[in-house]
Amino acid sequence: MSYQLENTQRGEKYNSIFSKVSPAKRRNRTARAHWRSRILLGLYLALMILPIYWLINMSLQTNSEILGSMTLWPQNLTFDNYIGIFTNSSWYMGYVNSMLYVAMNMLITICVALPAAYAFSRYTFIGDKHLFFWLLTNLMAPPAVFLLPYFQLYYSVGLFDTHIAVALAHCLFNIPLAIWILEGFMSSVPKEIDETAYIDGYSFPRFFVKIFIPMIRSGIGVTLFFLFMFSWVELLLARTLTATDAQPIGMIMTRTSTASGIDWGTLAAAGVLTIIPGILVVYFVRNHIAKGFALGRT
Amino acid sequence: MNNKVPNNRAWLLVLPMLLLVAFSAIIPLMTVVNYSVQDVLGPNASFFTGTEWFKSMLNDDALQAAFLRQISFSLIILAIQIPLGIGIALIMPKRGWQASAVLILITLPLLIPWNVVGSIWQIFTRGDIGLMGWGLRELGVEYNITRNAGDAWVTIILMDVWHWTPLVAMLCYSGLRSIPEAYYQAARIDRASKWAVFRYIQLPKLTNVLVIAVLLRFMHSFMIYAEPFVLTGGGPGSATTFLSQSLTTMAVGQQDLGPSAAFSLIYFLVILLVSWVFYTTIMNMQKDKSPHGGA
Repeated sequence: MSYQLENTQRGEKYNSIFSKVSPAKRRNRTARAHWRSRILLGLYLALMILPIYWLINMSLQTNSEILGSMTLWPQNLTFDNYIGIFTNSSWYMGYVNSMLYVAMNMLITICVALPAAYAFSRYTFIGDKHLFFWLLTNLMAPPAVFLLPYFQLYYSVGLFDTHIAVALAHCLFNIPLAIWILEGFMSSVPKEIDETAYIDGYSFPRFFVKIFIPMIRSGIGVTLFFLFMFSWVELLLARTLTATDAQPIGMIMTRTSTASGIDWGTLAAAGVLTIIPGILVVYFVRNHIAKGFALGRT
Repeated sequence: MNNKVPNNRAWLLVLPMLLLVAFSAIIPLMTVVNYSVQDVLGPNASFFTGTEWFKSMLNDDALQAAFLRQISFSLIILAIQIPLGIGIALIMPKRGWQASAVLILITLPLLIPWNVVGSIWQIFTRGDIGLMGWGLRELGVEYNITRNAGDAWVTIILMDVWHWTPLVAMLCYSGLRSIPEAYYQAARIDRASKWAVFRYIQLPKLTNVLVIAVLLRFMHSFMIYAEPFVLTGGGPGSATTFLSQSLTTMAVGQQDLGPSAAFSLIYFLVILLVSWVFYTTIMNMQKDKSPHGGA
């Protein structure tokens, strides 16, 4: 009884507080909060872009300008650094190599991860939980641990310094990641769809390719995005497993530091060029990543 | 969805994946285990040492110091990135072209190769050619990451926050997007304050993604290699030498097979253990809160 009374009193108090604020004023307040959050976001984005801007700025300057004076934007705009990279095969092949092993890795991973993720999301089988846990532990393995054994393993099977070696090595963390993400997406597809398809006379492969894969399109898109991301940014394994023929761009970039100092302009230009593939990939999946970043688990 | 069908033929679907992962995980791991209990003197000269390498690694002062640095680094970046990421996710626009533009911009640092991230920050913080280093010097701040351990630490943390906060923000953003509009309407009718909306509607919905975010961030920060290697090279002295770098120096630089293999296994087990403890605690906490197994 007294509790109820207290509650009503409090309610009245709240009402009296709120009634002092006119609707127009309240709308004004939300508008102000809206602008405040926009300004904060803008500030964060500006601070975030600054280091990248500085890299772009330096890539458009000559080395003498970089070292000679502090300029907030290029005084004498030059594209020589970029031209230097695009006309020298030892430079641009680095990009080709990186792209090649990333593409190979994405293809291999998605091909083996799709059926495996389906099995995990639809069936129970002997050892399934242990297998899934073991997969996730691979995600936690520091690449540094595998440096030496990988080098010896790939050397002994004659795959050293090939693109496929790096692609296979990156499967270590990419396959578990892909299965983890895809399993989440597949589990959100109702099982009745599978059953109806089988009743309609679809065989498993036909159902999988014709019906199931189109249904989890956005999930696959997001998975590919993550596969690209982790294979593209990894350097430690890629560097160890290659020497000359399949060297990633990250390794070639270290060439800019020579006895006569560092070639800052070329280093900056090469850095800018490594950012571009990422921008393209995000652009293509921009409508799906918001949903997919939660890895199908919200 | 708990209506899975028992079917052992599902192994056939898992098999190709299993073969591939086994090739790239089990064989190398067995090699590491093999090395960790032997002293390899030459191609045909090695003898069994038992747990000797493990003991010497656990008692190594340099490694213990690197381990402590690693732990403090991971804790610091988690303490900064998780709240910051949630904050950014809350103020990101929800629809329209602005949403896409902000999304693309925010994800940008995640897609830059790790060594390039190191290069970007190395350039940015240099006193002679970098905007930040030059700016701080003009303001009269003693700032030198190659000489001053404190500056090196601040820079590495700043770099990691710059690099990885987007991941936390994106995870939270997608978690927030899955909250039905009806929840917010109900909150408006109740005249709930902004804080109440966050505490009782948004945060509970974010629990799942936050678990993923903390796990991923912990794992990756614990394996960090390329960024500090390029930025500071582990220096000044060994002030910013983290575990991966100690391991790489030992395994590739000095070719100490036995000790580095033992160190590898300890390193791997620590990550596994921490992740497992964290995961089970969170899951138990959730079970206590919702006995019907929701969330």
